[in-house]
Amino acid sequence: MKRIAFTLILAIALPALADRMPFPPSTPASYKAECSSCHMAYQPALLSANDWRRTMAGLKDHFGTDAAVDAPQEQEISTFLERHAGAAGKLGSAGEPPRITQTARFIRKHREIAPNDWKDQRIKSAANCEACHRGAADGNYSEHDILIRELRR
Amino acid sequence: MRVLPALCLLLASIAAHAETAQQISQTYVAEAAARQAGFMPSAKRGDALFRQRFANNDKMPACSSCHTDSPLNPGQHAITGKSIRPLAIAANPERFADPAKVEKWFGRNCKEVVGRACTPAEKADFVAYMSEVR
Repeated sequence: MKRIAFTLILAIALPALADRMPFPPSTPASYKAECSSCHMAYQPALLSANDWRRTMAGLKDHFGTDAAVDAPQEQEISTFLERHAGAAGKLGSAGEPPRITQTARFIRKHREIAPNDWKDQRIKSAANCEACHRGAADGNYSEHDILIRELRR
Repeated sequence: MRVLPALCLLLASIAAHAETAQQISQTYVAEAAARQAGFMPSAKRGDALFRQRFANNDKMPACSSCHTDSPLNPGQHAITGKSIRPLAIAANPERFADPAKVEKWFGRNCKEVVGRACTPAEKADFVAYMSEVR
């Protein structure tokens, strides 16, 4: 009975949660220390396990930058990312090298953004989630919280 | 009343920090002096290094490409657009507080921007500039 109630509550809550993906409490400190200097720490649910694996395998040339980490940290970060990765079926392929911005889910969610808007100096790159999503680092991607006024829907 | 302990902690951490930045500097100065007798760090040379344009990476030819013309200002990553907190200790007391972190970022950024590892003398000058700039 409890299980049914829980499932029901979840079913009601899920649509509201769709744009919220907080970091799991088990997120290792190494993830934020190593992966949030040049870009924000992306939530593991934004890529599939297979795409995270490929990303971690190619850190020496990470979009033109050497982002290599030492072996124990690589192990810890990989385990964390793969354990909390998003569902490959829902995300779609992220291309090669894997890019969050190439997943079908990202493209669908941003279909209303015109090509010119992406070039705004405040945004600079689609990798810069926080330019528009004020709460992105905390996993809040709600459409109601868009920072750039002209882009609000 | 909660403010008082927080203030004490802040003051203590600032005091601890000053020592660490100095320690980091001393390590580089010692390494530089071992190569070049009588080496003295220079904030002025550090300033010049900060602005120097290298022909290695057209997206980020200089430190100032991401850190702006003044290390007292917040910067923005030239590629990802992520905001970067100021480099100068006067504007951001968390800078130059952890020797391993300082080495990691000299390692990454010198390779990426300068195109080679920075020398101990360059690192000493750079830390001097970031410690002194107001």
